[in-house]
Amino acid sequence: MADVLRLHFTVDGEDFTSAGEASAQVKKKLRQMGYDPELIRRVSIAMYEGEINMVIHAGGGEADICIYPDKIEILLSDKGPGIADIALAMRAGYSTAPETVRNLGFGAGMGLPNMKRYSDFMNVESVVGEGTKVTMIINT
Amino acid sequence: MTVRDAITRLDLEALSLPDGDREIRGGYCGDLLSWVMTRLQSDEAWVTIMNNVNVIAVASLSDAACVILTENAEVEEAVIDRARERGVNLLRSDQSSFEICAQLGELTHA
Repeated sequence: MADVLRLHFTVDGEDFTSAGEASAQVKKKLRQMGYDPELIRRVSIAMYEGEINMVIHAGGGEADICIYPDKIEILLSDKGPGIADIALAMRAGYSTAPETVRNLGFGAGMGLPNMKRYSDFMNVESVVGEGTKVTMIINT
Repeated sequence: MTVRDAITRLDLEALSLPDGDREIRGGYCGDLLSWVMTRLQSDEAWVTIMNNVNVIAVASLSDAACVILTENAEVEEAVIDRARERGVNLLRSDQSSFEICAQLGELTHA
């Protein structure tokens, strides 16, 4: 059976400044494992955007990363308000982020489009009032 | 041109310099973090007026050669500490982003 490396992180929803902690850990791990820098970049950025989304919209969440021999899978799940219209949320430039977040340089409606752009496969499942699950797969 | 060379030539203030020998290959200018994240390439200098701690995360994840904060943007100690922790070269100038980019363009294309 092929080895699968699993990493789990809790993304703190209270602290905007700590967003990126999980992505930084994953980046470090992939670097140690000798992955190509461009692949590491794609994984790190896709995951960071996801982390930021969970902090902005969902009060944090959980991140699970599985490193398979041929792909890296990122599963982000939260118990936030959910996304009513996923197609609309996927549209570049559409955002419901508050002004405070925009002042930090986020909330430009680029998060989900960036995540899609950097992954080979992305799926968003969401139930309003229950939460959102995002799966991203990046082939190695 | 290394980051250290850029500091001398552009008269920059080094707030965090964990890797001054790193080579700068081009640059990118922008303040919208999500936008910058997909455009800023490895080994580029990122020129911005954004001064919050998320800048360090973006620079680190995008693998920028350095961040050049312009217009003498104020920086909290926590941001400098984070830059040191993450190995991000963080520099500052009193010039505008345009002025820095114009000089950086000449130096990196020379």
